Amino acid sequence: MIISKQKPFKEILACLEGVERVFLVGCGDCATVCQTGGEDQIVEMKQRLEAEGKKVTGSMIGESACHILNMKRELRQHKAEVADAQALLVMACGAGIQTFSEVLDKPVYTANDSLFLGNVQRFGHFSEHCSLCGSCIVNETGGICPITNCPKGLLNGPCGGVDKGMCELDSERECAWVKIYNRLKALGQLDKLRKLQSPKDYCSAEKPRMRVIERKGSGTQGPGTQGPGTQGSVTKGGGK
Amino acid sequence: MSKLKQALDAGEFVITAEAGPPKGTDVSQMLHHAEGLKGKVHAVNVTDNQSSVMRLGSLAGCHLLLDQGLEPVFQLTCRDRNRLALQSDLLSAHVLGIRNVLALTGDHVLVGDHPQAKPVFDVESVQLLQIIERLNCGRDCATKSGRDELPDGTELQGKTEFYSGAVVTPEADPIEPQLIKFEKKSEAGARFFQTQAIYDLDNFAQFMKFARQFEVKILAGILLLRSAGMANYLNKFVPGINVPDSLIAELKEAKDRAGDDKKLAAKNQLDAGIAIAARQIRSIHESKVCDGVHIMAIGLEAKVPRIIEQAGL
Ligand code: SF4
Ligand code: SF4
Repeated sequence: MIISKQKPFKEILACLEGVERVFLVGCGDCATVCQTGGEDQIVEMKQRLEAEGKKVTGSMIGESACHILNMKRELRQHKAEVADAQALLVMACGAGIQTFSEVLDKPVYTANDSLFLGNVQRFGHFSEHCSLCGSCIVNETGGICPITNCPKGLLNGPCGGVDKGMCELDSERECAWVKIYNRLKALGQLDKLRKLQSPKDYCSAEKPRMRVIERKGSGTQGPGTQGPGTQGSVTKGGGK
Repeated sequence: MSKLKQALDAGEFVITAEAGPPKGTDVSQMLHHAEGLKGKVHAVNVTDNQSSVMRLGSLAGCHLLLDQGLEPVFQLTCRDRNRLALQSDLLSAHVLGIRNVLALTGDHVLVGDHPQAKPVFDVESVQLLQIIERLNCGRDCATKSGRDELPDGTELQGKTEFYSGAVVTPEADPIEPQLIKFEKKSEAGARFFQTQAIYDLDNFAQFMKFARQFEVKILAGILLLRSAGMANYLNKFVPGINVPDSLIAELKEAKDRAGDDKKLAAKNQLDAGIAIAARQIRSIHESKVCDGVHIMAIGLEAKVPRIIEQAGL
């Protein structure tokens, strides 16, 4: 899921300067789990804004703020409250807020900083393991991503800084490459570590990315990822 | 042709040292230190924004050393350059007459003086060695998107002729992945290695047993100890460096001999550090355990000639 954290209230207030009437939007998905856009946070935000003399015209918690079609639909049920507001404050991720800048002409502001695509370790504890590079290499690395778990994104083994198995940049985190090494060794796949990994093809990470799944029977060649300057269902990044 | 390569191929006991470019445009000190190394070392590494601290570039530094009649080793890290910039700098280095490159991944920007910067790491040391190998073959490293293997690339108008080097940490913990990486570096084109500082020569001999399976030259890293405090610091904070207790005791003894005189204590310790470095070099030279030494004096480059002299070389 997308991990987010709330911006300092001062910063939120600063972007709402001169705005007296606000409509609040939360997200029932990731932002709820991250406690940045769930019911409690919406209620709290409402109180804090009111304490600052602002009027909250209404609020909604979208099922998933990143779902443009659904958000359009849900917004219709709040037409009057939205119309009454001078601006929207969206408590979701960076994708979520852009749903609203895409479908509304009003100013929309985010209350959150989006951090990373994260795994949930346990309640309230998130960690990053994938940076969505577009051509996954974990089949070569024991199911552990060095691009994300190693701060330098090394592809051919550990740097010289590994310190008793820990990362030179964080003595509390195991070196990603030591983890990979241990795992490959345990799996009897150390030959994978010996294989030279040539420079990675980053075309598949070029932004902004798009993907259109062709419907069956539509005559085109199946699923594809679309990047700028490509056509149809061609996969950007070399047909992988 | 690389004079460093010639010396190593001829079986000479090779000595390399380091020159750290200044933070700023005043190169007088760097050049002064370099002048002192003339005729005493085979080549001088020019560091590349060492420890991620912004400084004058290693390419310009190498060029200045060449003008001064020294053989430079161009340290090139992947931290600040993507593959376009790396190749472009390599071509530039070649036309300036630079023939030795030390391919490094580089420290992370977080440890330096511009932690806000975006680190590049488009490629890393092993891949940089592959890239140099390609340039040496007269082709760039452009690939057809989506291909796994490096295809032929685009032909260069004039190829490079680099002698590629890399680094290795013989006391890395754990050691096996480091050795696998060493193997990959030699496979990717590294012809010489400069090691992280080593102090325990028995451990180093073990490493050399492994390294001798490959057709590469090894220069043992000699880091000048200036005090017992520094030795303790290295043990505590620098991964892959282990200063044995006996050497720390030797430095401590030199310090204690000075009593309360702080200045004398510093001098005594530095003298002891120089003696230790010289002794190590002599012993490596006599045992012929490897092909030479790389002396790192970090800020005390002026002492390098004395170390070499005391080593009897
Ligand atoms: S290799 Fe790429 S896609 Fe796979 S886990 Fe890492 S960042 Fe994500
Ligand atoms: S210690 Fe390991 S995880 Fe940390 S930067 Fe080096 S290789 Fe990457």
